[in-house]
Amino acid sequence: MRPEEGVLTSRSRAIGAVLELLTDELVVVCNGLPSREVYALRDRPENFYMIGSMGLAPAIGLGVALAQPRRKVVVLDGDGNVLMAMGTLATVGALKPRNFVHIVFDNEVYGSTGNQPTLSQTVRLEQVAKAAGYRHVERVRELDDAVYEAKTMLKEDGPSFLLVKVSELAEDVGRVGIEPAAMTERFRKAAVGVGGAVA
Amino acid sequence: MAIPAKDFVSLLQDVGFDFFTGVPDSTLGGIIATLIERRVYIPAVREDEAVGLAAGAYMGGKIPAVLMQNSGLGTSLNALISLNLIYLQPCLLLVSWRGHDGKDAPEHLVMGQVMTKLLDLVRIPHRTVRAETVREDVGWAGQVFMSQRIPVALLVPKGVFS
Repeated sequence: MRPEEGVLTSRSRAIGAVLELLTDELVVVCNGLPSREVYALRDRPENFYMIGSMGLAPAIGLGVALAQPRRKVVVLDGDGNVLMAMGTLATVGALKPRNFVHIVFDNEVYGSTGNQPTLSQTVRLEQVAKAAGYRHVERVRELDDAVYEAKTMLKEDGPSFLLVKVSELAEDVGRVGIEPAAMTERFRKAAVGVGGAVA
Repeated sequence: MAIPAKDFVSLLQDVGFDFFTGVPDSTLGGIIATLIERRVYIPAVREDEAVGLAAGAYMGGKIPAVLMQNSGLGTSLNALISLNLIYLQPCLLLVSWRGHDGKDAPEHLVMGQVMTKLLDLVRIPHRTVRAETVREDVGWAGQVFMSQRIPVALLVPKGVFS
């Protein structure tokens, strides 16, 4: 039996609830369906959507966070992504950027490729993050708890890691309608435009 | 004659590079030591992670450079072609050329032989750094970085830097 059987919140609902909390935070979304869902739910210039380079969302987010220490950076990630580049949890934990919030929507499957199981059915990713040195770590199953913890983490110093258990249900959403090169420019402007350092 | 690593780092900083990350190699040891001393080096655990860090830093307004052994090019390949080349996110790749002239430990020989062909294949401009032309080499890389907005590689054989 799946350890987290009975989880009812869909990822899209959980993502939508987190997106409602955002103001001027810079957001990096992992590749696959999460990017499409965020784009469909609430597109904004401060969002960067990945289409390839699976696993690198926290690395990209960390780069942004280090370059813009006064801006809060939120990485919206998935369990398959975290497992692919688990070493980056160590990089974040060692550097301890205070403006870094890592939210992982854990559906225990590779949802974008046909729901093949991931290791997060048995491996507790939030414990890995804790051992790696993230300052605040939480694991939640209910939508209300996800909202409460996300709200707290957006206010407090990080790095923070929020694991939200979600169902496998995926919304039927289209591809991200922004050309990658245009997205780089749009996000760059959003990142450096508000009192940030310009290269 | 070898160039002091400190002078090379100063040259990179003068051109505008202000975010350095990567995974160490002995050939780049002096450069990394200088970067750490100047508190501008972010150590990564894998080369593709370093490429991702650089991409984020670029979008955050920095001019990034990634240091790696050429084995790391293999590790970074997907990041370079499905992130940097697609999203037009530039970085300087400072890559040590292990296996140069077929003289190195066995694990370096194949990459040492195919590295330039590999870079040509994925359309990443590259140039081999020489002590005599180091200023032009860095200038060329900076120019490619700014005009094409893609990764550009400077290949570093053993003995160029002291």
